Amino acid sequence: MKKTRHELRANTLPALLTVGPVTLIMVLLIAIPLIYVAVMSLCSIDEFYNVTLDFTTDNYMQLFNADYLKIYMQSLVIATVTTILCILIGYPFSYVIARTKSKKKKILYMMVIIPFWTNSLIRIYGWRTFLGTSGWLNSLLMSLHIVDEPVELLYKTGTTILGMVYCLIPFMILPLYTAIEKLDTSLLEASSDLGAKPAETFFEVILPLTSSGIFSGSLMVFIPCLGYFFVSDILGGGNTDMIGNLIERQFQSGNNWPLGAALSIILILVTLILVKIYQKLGGDMDSLGV
Amino acid sequence: MKKQRREKRNKRLSVIFCTLVYLFLFLPISVIVVNSFNASTTKPYMSWKGFTFDWYIKLWDNTSLLEAFGTTMIIAIVSTIFATIIGTLGAIGMYRYKFKGKNIIDALLYIPVVIPEIVLGISLLTIFAKVNVPRGMLTLILAHVTFCIPFVIFNVRARLSGYDQSIEEASMDLGANRIVTFFEITLPVLAPGILGGALLAFTLSIDDVIISYFVYGQTKTYPLKVMESVKSGVAPDVNALSTLILIGTIVFVVLTQGDLFKKK
Repeated sequence: MKKTRHELRANTLPALLTVGPVTLIMVLLIAIPLIYVAVMSLCSIDEFYNVTLDFTTDNYMQLFNADYLKIYMQSLVIATVTTILCILIGYPFSYVIARTKSKKKKILYMMVIIPFWTNSLIRIYGWRTFLGTSGWLNSLLMSLHIVDEPVELLYKTGTTILGMVYCLIPFMILPLYTAIEKLDTSLLEASSDLGAKPAETFFEVILPLTSSGIFSGSLMVFIPCLGYFFVSDILGGGNTDMIGNLIERQFQSGNNWPLGAALSIILILVTLILVKIYQKLGGDMDSLGV
Repeated sequence: MKKQRREKRNKRLSVIFCTLVYLFLFLPISVIVVNSFNASTTKPYMSWKGFTFDWYIKLWDNTSLLEAFGTTMIIAIVSTIFATIIGTLGAIGMYRYKFKGKNIIDALLYIPVVIPEIVLGISLLTIFAKVNVPRGMLTLILAHVTFCIPFVIFNVRARLSGYDQSIEEASMDLGANRIVTFFEITLPVLAPGILGGALLAFTLSIDDVIISYFVYGQTKTYPLKVMESVKSGVAPDVNALSTLILIGTIVFVVLTQGDLFKKK
């Protein structure tokens, strides 16, 4: 009896005090809400848009609606192109920054982060001001007589992709920077001493050793991209809707929560599958936390 | 010789490339800063009509915008404090104790990191609606604490992995009790991780648009206020406030990371 009491004081009580609060929050505000979304995806709504517990698979049937299928494809294309562009721009950029030897390196690194302390919505709006028909780029092009009339640069797939790349590229640069910084330079010297051409060294040594950064960066760009509805809203103006816009609409103006919940299940499944693939490729979950 | 020339060319190319990327990163910010001095008074305030400080003066009359900014700061500070305390305790507890269901909590912690924010937002919205929690300050803070905790935990955990527990035993052997040991030994050692986590939590909280968008009720945060005006054209006083915030953060960085800018 005495022993268990001692054990309680020594282990159970401190464990409860330290892990208790976080457990409570994770269960109440992560696990239960997600389970509830899954349940709601099987519910119906009555004529007043209230959610009722009449179980149905109708919401899932509606997911195969032709308009929706088009938007899934569009989301897939936008997210894939965004991820590829982030790799193509982010990799050489991170490489140069991470290999800078002087003290400038830290400043260069900070300069990647500073833009992201200005709210992302406002920065996206800055792009709109720059690209709009009465915007700066058009004024410049017209005053240089390159074009006679303003060119519509907004509301195109390309504009949405630009905004997505802009918002998400730090999530590619930061893990790449970490991976490249860890790279052992003596390996590169060894490779070139043994007669490898620079391209060979890159594909045979550098790329495999930094692939972990590419994998985690891609995951952290691709998945959020599907849900960034405000980017496609502001820059795509309804022409480049993504699955995030569909969900947002069901929970706001559309007021069909069960359908929105079913759409969210797609995003949850995509996330689960991609995380599984990431782990299969040897990805470390701890390197995902920004 | 040939190799040297090639290296020189490569160096020049990489400088040009990085400059272009930085231009890309800073372009919309410069648009905001410049536009905050734009004398244009007609929507959508895009074309340049001359230089003025008017928007900085008008900003002080826009009480709803300033209120929204105040709300954002309150939410960020309160959420950061709660997330940091809960996250730090959780990281220590999970590192030290074995208990049933530990791997489940571990898995749950990754959810806010990988799942699209919109899913987190709507799941919180549905549960708040279900249990009739009125949406507002409380739901915003609960939501922000929830998505910030994992980032605090990962930061503290990274610090714990190199932590030598024997110094705690030494402290207790020398007569300090558990509480004194915690405050005198454990916390100071973990401090950099805790601070890093807190800073990240604060940043995530101020910048959050998507999750807040679903749980705000009548309490508008600064990003939500901006979102409201995006359709009709963001007024330059928003740009003025954004510029002030930007200057504030840069000053903060220079003061806290001052050694970055000193010459060796």
